[in-house]
Amino acid sequence: MAATDALLEARGLVKRFGGLVATDQLDLSVRRGEIHAVIGPNGAGKTTLIGQLTGELRPDAGTILFDGADVTALPAPARARLGIARSFQITQIFRRFTVLENVMLAVQAREPHAFRFWKDARRDEALAAPARSVLEETGLAASAGRLAGALAHGEQRQLEIAMALATSPRMLLLDEPMAGMGREESERMTALLRRLKARETILLVEHDMDVVFALADRVTVLVYGRAIASGTPDEIRANPEVRTAYLGEDEAA
Amino acid sequence: MSPRLDRRAAVAIGLMALLAILPLVATWLDQGFYVGQLRRVLIFAIAAVSLDIILGYGGMVSLGHAAFVGAGAYVVALLHWHADRGIEVLGILPGTMQSLATIPAAMLVAALLALAIGAISLRTSGLYFIMITLAFAQLVYFLFVSLRFEDAGRSYGGDDGLRYPADVTVLGLVDTTNDLGFYFVVWTVLALVLLGAQRLVRSRFGVVLQGIRDNERRMRAIGFPTNRYRLVAFVLSGAIAGLAGALLALHESYVSPSLMHWTRSGDLVVMVVLGGMGTLFGPVIGATLFLLLEKFLPDFTEHWMIVFGPLLVLAVLFARRGLIGLFDKRGEEARDGGH
Repeated sequence: MAATDALLEARGLVKRFGGLVATDQLDLSVRRGEIHAVIGPNGAGKTTLIGQLTGELRPDAGTILFDGADVTALPAPARARLGIARSFQITQIFRRFTVLENVMLAVQAREPHAFRFWKDARRDEALAAPARSVLEETGLAASAGRLAGALAHGEQRQLEIAMALATSPRMLLLDEPMAGMGREESERMTALLRRLKARETILLVEHDMDVVFALADRVTVLVYGRAIASGTPDEIRANPEVRTAYLGEDEAA
Repeated sequence: MSPRLDRRAAVAIGLMALLAILPLVATWLDQGFYVGQLRRVLIFAIAAVSLDIILGYGGMVSLGHAAFVGAGAYVVALLHWHADRGIEVLGILPGTMQSLATIPAAMLVAALLALAIGAISLRTSGLYFIMITLAFAQLVYFLFVSLRFEDAGRSYGGDDGLRYPADVTVLGLVDTTNDLGFYFVVWTVLALVLLGAQRLVRSRFGVVLQGIRDNERRMRAIGFPTNRYRLVAFVLSGAIAGLAGALLALHESYVSPSLMHWTRSGDLVVMVVLGGMGTLFGPVIGATLFLLLEKFLPDFTEHWMIVFGPLLVLAVLFARRGLIGLFDKRGEEARDGGH
């Protein structure tokens, strides 16, 4: 079974919160090297899905396979070390650390947990050098020395991605990377995602339909926790069920 | 290094120098009593610094830290008591007054206690963590209250505490009877604890600890098993608190369960907050002020607590970054946590 080209796979995923079914018998498969977008109206269960895929939430039923191995029972840190990196919809950064220190911490996370108590971590070139190259890549190099909490919103969103990238992941789960961004910031982020597309496998949860249809290789549409359709952007656009459930309202608005 | 850190380092070095000179002056003025008082202050400063590692840098508000101080103190006390009487501890372990053995033993026992309490308490967070550390500490407290081992009329004393001879050579350096010498041993231990803690909080481990304090969710998402790091910090902190307890036992030649009463844990938290959380040296200032006020305010009025309480409240209100923050330049960007 494992010898498919799927890097991350969810089968029959169910998650309930009390009476609410947030994820309902969901199947999802993200292939190596693709950008797979998950779209759906508010409350469709997109963030809950990411939570289960990254190990923050435990599903009530179903299995999650990463590179063919069952990771359903693994906690979040263990999955991160297997190479599943994520960004958060609501920015989760270390506001009192500098931008460089934020990314250095993510670089450190991928190394074995040697408990090192003595050497000054902030002067550790083994951490700083890779961190700087990630900042270069994500367009944050000029802000390396600033406090993360003092960055503009758009830059904080870039830092979210930078921290995920710094863990040398095998896969990125991006939860609405454009959330709250202005036009210009949003364009910069799209350009960054386009560059990443060449070498990363990405699961992208996004509201901005222009971005989704511009970047995604495949799209899964989530409504009330169920995947009602999955296919190429063109197939999704043409799907009548999707149009009524989601795209229709969007275009009418 | 930021200018503010330089200032704080200067403050730390200046006050440590002052703490080295004061007992000399006191001795010169024939006021030997104050040497003992200051030594006790320094011992509690060590405990407060150890608490700052988990409270200020790890964000773990422990209301049970006095249990580790008390455990360390009791290890030394019991070993002395048994050595004095020539009775084996629990019938197997001979007592000893060799501080090169008793002090590490005190640290080890305190660390193991911290491991046990931490392993359970760290499954919770926030208010629950405060309550469960408090509960465990009270458990340890009552354990020692009920400690009434009787042997031919000689007992551990329960809540009356335990007296034992403590005229020993501290760490092979000087005798406890040498008031000034013992003072400088404690002073040196505090200086080493401060330097070590300073390295610790800047190390990879320390940075991870602060990351967990600031955003645990993100730390887990990038792959840090946060509880394991927390537990290591908790155990380290407990071991240093045990060291403080051991020195206290040598200093007092008397221990009682009141050492580990939860209000003692509360005092330690106040010392840390008063001096400045997450600054390492702040707690030294906090401990000094707290204990000196507690000691000398009663000389002025028997209702000293009416003065003491509001003083603490004012200090916390007007020195948000703790007393050590008063030495910072005005208008500097707030950025606490030792970096």
